[in-house]
Amino acid sequence: MFAHQRSLLERCSSRDDDGCRGGGASLASLVIPKSAVESREASKFPVPLDAKKSKFSSDEEQTSYSDVTRYNNFYEFGTGKEDPFEQAHRLKTDEWKIQVIGEVNRPKTFDIDDLLRLAPIEERIYRLRCVEAWSMVIPWAGFPLSKLLNVVQPTGNARFVEFVSLHDPEQMPGQKSPVLDWPYTEGLRIDEAMNPLALLTVGLYGEILPNQNGAPVRIVVPWKYGFKSAKSIVTIRVTERQPNSSWNLTNPKEYGFYSNVNPNVSHPRWSQRRERRIGEFLKRDTLMFNGYSEWVADLYADLDLTKYF
Amino acid sequence: MAYSARAPRPSSKSKRLNIPLIWLGSSLPLVVLVLRAITSELTANPIEFISQFTGWWTLVFLMLTLSVTPIRALFNMPLVFPLRRTLGLITFFYSLVHFLSWLVLDQYFDWTEILLDLMDRPFIYFGFTAFVGLLILAITSINRAKVIIGPMRWIWLHKSVYIVAILGVIHFFILVKRDITEPLIFASVLFLLLGYRILVFIRKKRKLRIK
Repeated sequence: MFAHQRSLLERCSSRDDDGCRGGGASLASLVIPKSAVESREASKFPVPLDAKKSKFSSDEEQTSYSDVTRYNNFYEFGTGKEDPFEQAHRLKTDEWKIQVIGEVNRPKTFDIDDLLRLAPIEERIYRLRCVEAWSMVIPWAGFPLSKLLNVVQPTGNARFVEFVSLHDPEQMPGQKSPVLDWPYTEGLRIDEAMNPLALLTVGLYGEILPNQNGAPVRIVVPWKYGFKSAKSIVTIRVTERQPNSSWNLTNPKEYGFYSNVNPNVSHPRWSQRRERRIGEFLKRDTLMFNGYSEWVADLYADLDLTKYF
Repeated sequence: MAYSARAPRPSSKSKRLNIPLIWLGSSLPLVVLVLRAITSELTANPIEFISQFTGWWTLVFLMLTLSVTPIRALFNMPLVFPLRRTLGLITFFYSLVHFLSWLVLDQYFDWTEILLDLMDRPFIYFGFTAFVGLLILAITSINRAKVIIGPMRWIWLHKSVYIVAILGVIHFFILVKRDITEPLIFASVLFLLLGYRILVFIRKKRKLRIK
């Protein structure tokens, strides 16, 4: 365990760019309240992390640990950006179960230990583009969602995958407000879910996923706007019909089922051409599919992306 | 409406509002903002934070400005009358900081992007129009302007603050993604403040008819 952490540190220090800003505890301890620093030290990663650099990983400067864990849209804990940081301690992630059901031959309920043993945990440094036109670069830890789906064996009718987040207003006080239809649901087409970029995620910055980032298990779909990446998942349902997604239900004109990052299709109330990378002053151009065209553009070859936004 | 010449003046010298003190108090939010900037407490997205913070306080001071007249009439407090201009100017001052946070921090003088922004983002042109309105009102708030424009026309010009307030609240309403709690609170307050004026207007008309 300790050796693993050390290897991660070595990896950080060997980089040319200052990519491991969040690893610098001195800076973090100035900004993060002490309690958060302590909980951070407690969240050691329980299994070895595959340290070799993934071909899907970005080389860009990573957003600091402090910003990644303090600036979140996670309405289950409130609509303010820092609400999740302040409220997410209420979430109890031990004894967590995630059931995978629906159009599968082998429905199964997994606990987190099952998941951690299911496939090697690898680091994936992904860009995250929020629909609100800001972005981050985050070193996630997880494995391709396809590996989980292969275990449960989708049937011939499997066309979509639905993700359902925890619904418990006691643990998630934001759910006392009807700001969204609870529980939070999201969905992907099955071929999107099987794409090697779609990551079943259990950690970030080489550590167990902090609660405010969707602990204990979430998905990360880096070519889509952030809200497509459901957090704190309790059910994965493989379906024949297109599932509902919370934001789409709330406002179908503004949040489509696909919600691929697309600089050419504006949100009805603001442009998506540019974004502000957290930590940077000047805006940068938003890339098609958030820069992941190489791996995902084929999925949408026959799709009118202005209609299916 | 109980404006201008018919307004009762503060009767004695003993009861006077300390205008510099009002200015000092009103600058507190700005002091808080600067302190937060110094201590790196502007969240991960400082530009967004500064924009939202100054925008929020612009609306608060706008509502306070619009409260002066009803408070003076309903509670018979002629004392508060000079506050109307002071609070109006403070509102303009916060809107200026808010506007500059967009122009300088958000867009960094990128004129093409600014133009596209005005077209792309409806909430930007609502906010922009409201700001231009406040700018005109601030410039014409000096006593000389009243003389130059003519008092009656001046009064009508300054009634456009109602439109500015409506635009400002719409601006806030359509920029939030989902949680409309705060815009709704501002809209309710504005509804009461404008509703009061409509009632006064209707009553005045009726009285005239009876005569």
